[in-house]
Amino acid sequence: MTVTSVLSSANTRQVEITRDASLGLVVSLKGRWRIGRGLPSVEGITDRLKDDSRPEKIVFDTTGLESWDTSLLAFVVRLIGICRQHGIRVETEGLPQGLKRLLELVESDEDRSAPNEETVSKKTEFHPSLLERVGLRALGFYATWTSLLEFIGQVSIAFAKLLLGKARMRFSDLVVQVYGCSARALGIVSLISFLVGTILAFMGAVQLQQFGATIYVADLVGIGIARDMGAMMTAIIMAGRTGAAYAAELGTMRVAEEIDALQTMGIAPIEFLVLPRFIALVVMMPLLCLYADFLGMVGGASVAAGVLGISFRAYFHRTAAAVTLGSMLGGLVKATVYGVLIALAGCWRGFQGEASSAAVGSATTAAVVDAIVWIVVACGMFAFIFRILNI
Amino acid sequence: MERNGKHSAARSDHIVVRNLSLGYGERLILQDLNFSIRRGEIFVIMGGSGSGKSTLLRALIGLVEPLAGEIFYGDLNFTTALEERERVLRRIGVLYQGGALWSSMTLAENVGLPLAEFTDLGPDEIREIVSLKLALVGLKGFEDFYPNELSGGMRKRGGLARAIALDPEVLFFDEPSSGLDPVSARLLDDLILELRASLGATIIVVTHDLASIFAIADRALFLDPERKTATALGHPKELLANSTDPKLRLFLTRGEAANEEAKP
Ligand SMILES: Nc1ncnc2c1ncn2[C@@H]1O[C@H](COP(=O)(O)OP(=O)(O)OP(=O)(O)O)[C@@H](O)[C@H]1O
Ligand SMILES: [Mg+2]
Repeated sequence: MTVTSVLSSANTRQVEITRDASLGLVVSLKGRWRIGRGLPSVEGITDRLKDDSRPEKIVFDTTGLESWDTSLLAFVVRLIGICRQHGIRVETEGLPQGLKRLLELVESDEDRSAPNEETVSKKTEFHPSLLERVGLRALGFYATWTSLLEFIGQVSIAFAKLLLGKARMRFSDLVVQVYGCSARALGIVSLISFLVGTILAFMGAVQLQQFGATIYVADLVGIGIARDMGAMMTAIIMAGRTGAAYAAELGTMRVAEEIDALQTMGIAPIEFLVLPRFIALVVMMPLLCLYADFLGMVGGASVAAGVLGISFRAYFHRTAAAVTLGSMLGGLVKATVYGVLIALAGCWRGFQGEASSAAVGSATTAAVVDAIVWIVVACGMFAFIFRILNI
Repeated sequence: MERNGKHSAARSDHIVVRNLSLGYGERLILQDLNFSIRRGEIFVIMGGSGSGKSTLLRALIGLVEPLAGEIFYGDLNFTTALEERERVLRRIGVLYQGGALWSSMTLAENVGLPLAEFTDLGPDEIREIVSLKLALVGLKGFEDFYPNELSGGMRKRGGLARAIALDPEVLFFDEPSSGLDPVSARLLDDLILELRASLGATIIVVTHDLASIFAIADRALFLDPERKTATALGHPKELLANSTDPKLRLFLTRGEAANEEAKP
């Protein structure tokens, strides 16, 4: 019997390899095996298997083993894997009883429940090239858009049914949703629009003072708020508030099978859940926008009064002259359209994707991002259209 | 395995499944399923974890579209007649694994919703029926609780009260005993038997709880994940007595069959 290498001796964990004429390669496992110290390497043994004096089998000796845990299991599994590759038999007799049981479980699971090849190759061995990645991205993009179009179609059908009086929607749900996106949003909308009004006034004041035309601050703030900023700020607040809430609520309902429960009851989830949310937001957005317009102008007036010494009376007189009904209505139309976009992004993202709690998080993020992007794009298109129509 | 000729031939067949194949994307889960569920029976779908029991249940209630094959409810082709699906669904009650109560509504509103949507009952009558149904499942007095204020088992019973709100002709149960203590699980089994006796409903139960399979099943369908299809159908006691399929024997005896054979 010839004693040879000591492979690993981190603290007290030891692997000794002895060659025995009759037994083959004897792997002696000694000391305390604790996973906290990492996994021992099997390289030393692999080297021994490659040389010419390849053993016929490997046996274990665990007389010196004090305690063990998963680290030993992992070591033995690795060893067995390598021996299989080289066609060497492994006798597990010498291992502790418990470890043998664990080994059996691991092995039996490997041949029993391994998913079939297609799924494995799909999940693990797929490293696409750049070109393939571009292609996959394009396909993913296409799938997203078709799903959006499909959703828009479903919502339109639901609205048609609503008009025919055949949709299943509870009035009480609508009331709850209206409350959620109006009364409860007033605080934040007030604060932001007032501040935006003051900011616009300050920005304008610096320039206009140079010409001694400070009274025109009222024009600047009034037109800016009425045409664009009122609707835009309201929309961005509501996207972060209500759009995100829609996606999160609907996504969570999907995870808890609540949407399945509606569907199998013969109640279309689009009618029951999406319609009240859509209607609430689309109806409340112009009203919120009107309110935001007013508060924005009050913000401008405060700056004018406090910093520029323009009286409230003069300010509002000037505003009334500058802001036409057309710009006012234009702003409200924009707010309504933004409302549609926010509700669409929130509900669509809530219904789309996997039913898992991780997916709910990303759906919420996606809903807010989508809504804001769509709002800004729509704003640009409005600027173009209004210019052509000379509004 | 039982064969069906023309599905409408047997009056007693309530649900008929023909050549059904199910899967997700390109992954096939079950194929070539052929069986029928008789009116008023308790039909158990059993099989090991991952054998596709839930998938089959979801297909039967229209939440998973089949890759191939058809499902009939009576004479109605559930797979193709999308227009009439809603009508079929209205006579179906489903108890989901976690209860799936709508979390924004109280227990009473949950149970009352199907009544409010599909009947002409007034609010007082609905309230009355709701407390009846809740009493049936042992939840009287919890009308105004929200689902998150109930325990897992209570949510499940609440889900059952909602499922039987409209006195359905078909009741589906997904793992009714999971997450319940042995006594509650037993009580739920008794409740299932009583529902069949009182409503005369056809009941389909997905479970791998042996005690409950032997206690309630009129017939049980065994799904084999390796062959990806149903390999046995019958009363569980008869299956145990007659079947030679080692996998089924292993399942029905909680793995004891393997030891039996090993012993001399
Ligand atoms: N949404 C899904 N997408 C893809 N594959 C799925 C999906 N749901 C289930 N599967 C796969 O379908 C197979 C059957 O799953 P299913 O949930 O029907 O099993 P089960 O018999 O109900 O198991 P259990 O008793 O553990 O609930 C599993 O292999 C699973 O990986
Ligand atoms: Mg399942």
